[in-house]
Amino acid sequence: MKILRPLLPLLSLAAAEIVAFAVPDSPLHQPAKHPYFAILLIIAVAVYYIAATAQYFKNKNNSATEKPVFYRGPFLAGVILFLNLLNIFTVKTALFPVLYFPALDRVFGTLVEDRTLIIKCIGFSMGILLKGVAGGLIIGFFMGIAVGFSKAAEYWINPLIRILGPIPSTAWIPILLVVFSEARSASSFIIGISVWFPTVVLTSSGIANVKNSYFEVSSTLGAGQLQKIFRIGVPAAMPSIFLGLFNGICGSFVALMTAEMIGAKYGIGWYVNWQKEMMAYSNVYAGLIVIAVMFYLVITVLFKIRDRVLGWQKGVIKW
Amino acid sequence: MVGSIRFEGVKKTFHTVTGETVNALSGVDLEIEKGKFVCLIGPSGCGKSTMLRILAGLDTPTEGSVYIDDKKVQRPDCDRGLVFQDPNLFPWLNIYDNVAFGLKVRKLYKKRSADISEYMELVGLKGFEKSYPHQLSGGMCQRASLARALIGHPKALLLDEPLGALDAFTRMNMQDELLRIKAEKDMTMIMVTHDVDEAVYLADKIVVMTPRPAKIEKVIDVDLYQPRDRNNPEFIRLRSEILKILDFAGKEPDVEYNI
Repeated sequence: MKILRPLLPLLSLAAAEIVAFAVPDSPLHQPAKHPYFAILLIIAVAVYYIAATAQYFKNKNNSATEKPVFYRGPFLAGVILFLNLLNIFTVKTALFPVLYFPALDRVFGTLVEDRTLIIKCIGFSMGILLKGVAGGLIIGFFMGIAVGFSKAAEYWINPLIRILGPIPSTAWIPILLVVFSEARSASSFIIGISVWFPTVVLTSSGIANVKNSYFEVSSTLGAGQLQKIFRIGVPAAMPSIFLGLFNGICGSFVALMTAEMIGAKYGIGWYVNWQKEMMAYSNVYAGLIVIAVMFYLVITVLFKIRDRVLGWQKGVIKW
Repeated sequence: MVGSIRFEGVKKTFHTVTGETVNALSGVDLEIEKGKFVCLIGPSGCGKSTMLRILAGLDTPTEGSVYIDDKKVQRPDCDRGLVFQDPNLFPWLNIYDNVAFGLKVRKLYKKRSADISEYMELVGLKGFEKSYPHQLSGGMCQRASLARALIGHPKALLLDEPLGALDAFTRMNMQDELLRIKAEKDMTMIMVTHDVDEAVYLADKIVVMTPRPAKIEKVIDVDLYQPRDRNNPEFIRLRSEILKILDFAGKEPDVEYNI
């Protein structure tokens, strides 16, 4: 098994390529312009072996703490095998309903052929998302600090949070369409709400849970009220604030997809919805792949920031 | 040298959840000369921690007032450093930044950043600047917490059972460290403790307190030279004298209050 491990992706690739080129396509499927699927697999495996070589040299210079060179080999082989089977069941044999399960060549082909529109949609969606997340985060953060530190703010704002917060952000759509003249602003607002609620709740509760002796110690060291808030309260509540932000961002993905279905002209959620209406399922799958990658990247960035900001609390909270 | 402290008729009452009124401190008068090491000793509920918190400015007395160098104590300030039983280091800052905290909030960091390594050395933590609190042992954290309190040049250092959570060896070691630091930095130190041995070993003056009513029972001046020998006859006599006072107090019903 150990000797086989580096070769597994290659073996799996060979099997997939044989199926792709040697087995004739079912006549029920529309032919694709190019063998995109087969090319993509070759590129993926090539990239993998380049990365593995880089890892090999890294391990050589570094100590044994690094992962083994071909750690992800079996996983990649498994993925290729799965896609190979999918290829057999769709374009090769047409065992799955042809309309809803298009050829992989056409799914991946869409990503290439439709790229101008897709990139435009990604830009549009990310714009709305960033605007909404930034707004919801900033307002939630400062409101949370106010509620956490001030009795008056708690008295007046807390009931508002309790009542307005739990309303699903998408339920605001009918009102927002009246208030905002532009669908984009309405979409950003929906995303803002969905980020705001968990952020404000977890910020204020995080601050309320900070050990009182931290504040006492800081005041004997000469800290003023503002310094107690920003040098003690906020960093001490940071794990909780991040949890809120994480929940908020996950919720914002749902909000984004829904928001884009209310009269948007672009956006990746709109793209998927529009292609579904056109019964162009290869484009729908392509859109889903784009969404997955997009959100994966957003979450990865968030985790990187978290590791940097919360490096001090190793092993306290894991998520 | 500065740091003389005066308690004048200090009373503290508070209300429990059930609505009872409890005297946490019923009329305390105490004079502490500058530069002394004073131990407050007594069973739970005798008000020794309350005294320290009032002196720190964290609690306000119901009646009476406390003066430090004839200035009335109104609120916490950096002229009174405070060390708790739990080191309470800020876990999101490394040891260096924890020690530097007081300088930074008082905008003294630029002027005095060189002091930080001096104080790290004073408490024996040189080389641990980059470590985070969770990476250090309890004794080391308490050292860092001492350095953090000392760097602001307090007139008085208030210690609320600072060695209570340490094991016996670390504890004895830290007792000597406290004496060394006090000799080097010249300040008044007031320490709350449960440990009679510790009090006799460290203090110039021992304030023995009793609960119900929470008050000072006796103030004992310790006329022993430093370093002290725990087997010295006078040491042993003092210890049994204090124990006798505390034993008498211990016959009162034992009730604990949480403030």
